[in-house]
Amino acid sequence: MKLRDTLHLSLHTVASYRTRSLLIVLAIALGVAAVLVLTALGDGARRYVVGKFSSIGTNLIVVLPGRAETAGGFPGAVLAQTPRDLTLEDARFLGYLPQVKRYAPLNIGVAELVAASRLREVTVLGSTADLLPIRHMNLAQGSFLAQGAEHSAQMVLGAKLAQEFFPHGNVIGQRVRLGDRRFLVSGVLTTQGESMGFNSDELVIIPIDYAQALFNTSSLFRILVEARSRSDITSAKEAIRDILKRRHDGEDDITVITQDAVLATFDRILRALTLGVAGIATISLAVAGILVMNVMLVAVSQRTSEIGLLKAIGAPSADIRLLFFAEALWLSLAGAVIGFTLGQFGSLLIRLAYPQLPAWPPTWASIAGVTIAFVTGILASLLPAARAARLDPVKALGGK
Amino acid sequence: MGDQEVHALSEINLEIASGEYVSIMGPSGSGKTTLLNVIGLLDRPDSGRYELDGRDVTDLSETEQARVRREKIGFVFQSFHLVPRLTAAENVELPLMLAGIAPAERRARVDEALLGFDLRDRAQHRPAELSGGQRQRVAIARATILRPTALLADEPTGNLDHRIGAEVMALLEGLHHTGTTLILVTHDRELGARAHRHIAMRDGEIVADEK
Ligand SMILES: Nc1ncnc2c1ncn2[C@@H]1O[C@H](COP(=O)(O)OP(=O)(O)OP(=O)(O)O)[C@@H](O)[C@H]1O
Ligand SMILES: [Mg+2]
Repeated sequence: MKLRDTLHLSLHTVASYRTRSLLIVLAIALGVAAVLVLTALGDGARRYVVGKFSSIGTNLIVVLPGRAETAGGFPGAVLAQTPRDLTLEDARFLGYLPQVKRYAPLNIGVAELVAASRLREVTVLGSTADLLPIRHMNLAQGSFLAQGAEHSAQMVLGAKLAQEFFPHGNVIGQRVRLGDRRFLVSGVLTTQGESMGFNSDELVIIPIDYAQALFNTSSLFRILVEARSRSDITSAKEAIRDILKRRHDGEDDITVITQDAVLATFDRILRALTLGVAGIATISLAVAGILVMNVMLVAVSQRTSEIGLLKAIGAPSADIRLLFFAEALWLSLAGAVIGFTLGQFGSLLIRLAYPQLPAWPPTWASIAGVTIAFVTGILASLLPAARAARLDPVKALGGK
Repeated sequence: MGDQEVHALSEINLEIASGEYVSIMGPSGSGKTTLLNVIGLLDRPDSGRYELDGRDVTDLSETEQARVRREKIGFVFQSFHLVPRLTAAENVELPLMLAGIAPAERRARVDEALLGFDLRDRAQHRPAELSGGQRQRVAIARATILRPTALLADEPTGNLDHRIGAEVMALLEGLHHTGTTLILVTHDRELGARAHRHIAMRDGEIVADEK
């Protein structure tokens, strides 16, 4: 029998047993669609988190006081016996490192903001002009803290605060009071929403000197450092650790976190998660395979006399095996195509429902889903096809 | 293997010449169908030899036996054995497809056969839409489309009424007249008597063989 005829005849058969075929195709399609949709969700979540994390800066290094490690030897003994403060001086030294493009010292606190006869507590960020480019912030109006003008009493307002205090616009140049000091509003941030625990829309930013005076402290909360390039991150990290150790009398009492490392960790975890859900979805394909096998076994026993007839008119066992095999191939093909379409459509629906989530099924998942559908269908047809091929024609014809 | 060994056939010594018209008769369970299956290479004897067209076919491989069946044997069954989801034309086409003949030639030969068996206006009908006589004619067209040397008919009129049965017999005898060997298993004495050679079976043995 020619391959073309085998394919044609088996397609005819598949099309004739409509309900049975639909059932099998549906089972396979749902499995494939599940693989696509679940991996789209997983990978979408990964891209969302990684994207959010990347958007807070590029080649970012965060320096904080204290060691986030336990001391060796004595389990549970934390080495953080009052770490030395991080100071503005420390920050300035980081700026001299060749791997460092720019840096921004950071103080944080809460104070009362009074303006236009309104009053509320706000989160205050003290920093310098470079915070804007380092944190990828954008201004809606006015200007940010001026470069080198740490001593002028300017303030940048978060978008929501500006709206709340000055609902009729005209924010720039307004006088406000923060704690017991007066400031001039120089700029307003664009809406950015929540990122890394702060809502920058409900923030005020003032020069670092004012913040330290306001909170009566000389120690920094953090130093944000931007390395010159990605390849500089590791050596910048080393250099920062080195220079601060020297400045702190040989004590390695700071923690340096690189955005890269955190990103890589998130990326790894979420990739593993995606693989996990892909594995779970694959189980549904395996279940579909068992269903396919059972339905095909029933089909073989229903078509016993037909198989006997085919043998009587001269079909060798190989042809009969191929016929059943080809049926499985068609069913898998239909299941894979419909499942792929369903999966893409499902992912589209997720993207429409959650526009922030880039829920695209990854290419590897599409390929894997379709391949597994075929492998499952073919494996599931092996036993039924072999059983059909082995049927004794005399008995097969006898059981009319 | 059953618990008890059954000798469906024993001591069969039979030679049928090409072009003969033979009837096989005997009570139920006497081994008529089994003998026909051995002749048609559907069943293998546990011992003994079988030569077809001067060639020993007893120990051919399964694939080769299938080929011999396709080329030399045509089966006609009491219950027609048409594939229900295929049309009359597609049923007749099946052996040509199995033989790997090209579609254009297949179509021509199927058309010719349907015309010959007066089935042209039933070509696109499925078996369920055909009468018993029409079904058996489709089955005969299918059995003869590859011009086999022998036509093996196992009670071909068993499911048909007398008149239609006679029509089907006339068709089979017509094929015999064109040179095909015709071996007919029947319970019907009248039909059996029409053959030129009469074989009687009992308990798996040939008890009479007369011309
Ligand atoms: N698969 C089988 N297993 C065991 N015994 C079988 C099998 N098939 C047939 N037989 C036995 O072989 C013998 C011959 O059977 P066969 O079908 O050839 O009879 P028959 O002459 O065609 O009968 P009928 O006129 O009823 O069709 C019977 O005794 C039957 O019981
Ligand atoms: Mg019988």
